[in-house]
Amino acid sequence: MIGETLVRVLESNTLIVAFAVVGALVWFSYFLSAKLTRGKLHGSAIAIVGGLLLAYYGGIRTDGAMGLADIPLFAGLGIMGGAMFRDFAIIATAYGVRFEELKKAGLIGAISVIIGVVVSFSVGAIVAFSFGYRDAVAISTIGAGAATYIVGPVTGTALGADSSVIALSVAAGLVKSVLVMVATPLVAGRVGLDNPNSAMIYGGLMGTTSGVAAGLAATDPKLVPYGAMTATFYTGVGCLLAPSLLFLIVRVVIGN
Amino acid sequence: MVIYGVAMLALCMLTGIFFGDLLGQLIGVQANVGGVGLSMLLLIVLVNQKHPRFNISVPTETGINFWNAMYVPIVVAMAAKQNVVEALSSGWLAITAGIAAVAAGFLLIPVIARISPGQHHDR
Repeated sequence: MIGETLVRVLESNTLIVAFAVVGALVWFSYFLSAKLTRGKLHGSAIAIVGGLLLAYYGGIRTDGAMGLADIPLFAGLGIMGGAMFRDFAIIATAYGVRFEELKKAGLIGAISVIIGVVVSFSVGAIVAFSFGYRDAVAISTIGAGAATYIVGPVTGTALGADSSVIALSVAAGLVKSVLVMVATPLVAGRVGLDNPNSAMIYGGLMGTTSGVAAGLAATDPKLVPYGAMTATFYTGVGCLLAPSLLFLIVRVVIGN
Repeated sequence: MVIYGVAMLALCMLTGIFFGDLLGQLIGVQANVGGVGLSMLLLIVLVNQKHPRFNISVPTETGINFWNAMYVPIVVAMAAKQNVVEALSSGWLAITAGIAAVAAGFLLIPVIARISPGQHHDR
């Protein structure tokens, strides 16, 4: 009776369960950060990796696409970590932004977005080519996926790509976003990601909103608004360039 | 009142997302173009208003800062709902493409930072 009641209460208050679960995970991560790494590795970095591990577990358990949120008890994580709350919190981080910093790096941020889209697309297209793809539509779709997992399917659908190729492009974007989350705190020091200017460049080059959001949270939360600002333009620019200009270039280079 | 801060945030987000969506339709892409970025700009402009009848009280500020502070936990929840299994089991093409794109991005940060006029070494 007690067990049943507990499960019923938890499953009918999933968002609240998510608050408690994330709280516990963050607490445990900061504990590990202090005890095991003497604070060298950010508690939030450990918490994000912990979240990814739980997502892996959830994916294995349920075969679903939403990580731990596919387990009914933890469905609230889907709401708490969904785009609505994520964007709301990102916007709130702008409260501490100094307008001068933004203005100073505005132009270079905009340039970074375009360079980021073109470079990611090219790198993805080269990888697709070296794996044996010779058809311009497939190469462009996979290249677009290396931009973000939204640009990939949008481009693939616009160009009429095969659904297996579209699935590959989504996967490439997912790998990118997870990798940005994990790798950012590790390489931040080496690439000079420690000021608003480079954060705006980073957001523009990486472009994956979730990756950038988590990567900066784990590195230095003060930089979040700067990186997020440029990253939110990336997917739109990618959806604009990939199926049009970049596809045409691929077609000329491939020659079909 | 705390709700003033939350409502201001909500208004900024709805306005920004709305114009981001319009912008996307205008240039003919199926995506929101910079909606969140526009919302952030709007919030920055609003809170920097120097009008005497528009000043942000401490409780109002609390309403914004609460969501600012919830940012990391929300990102942790976001990490826990990623499709990690698909990312890891998608085969070498997707993994290689993802890794290469990220590596190229990181390598370019210092390059672009060097040509950027906004750079400063006064840290």
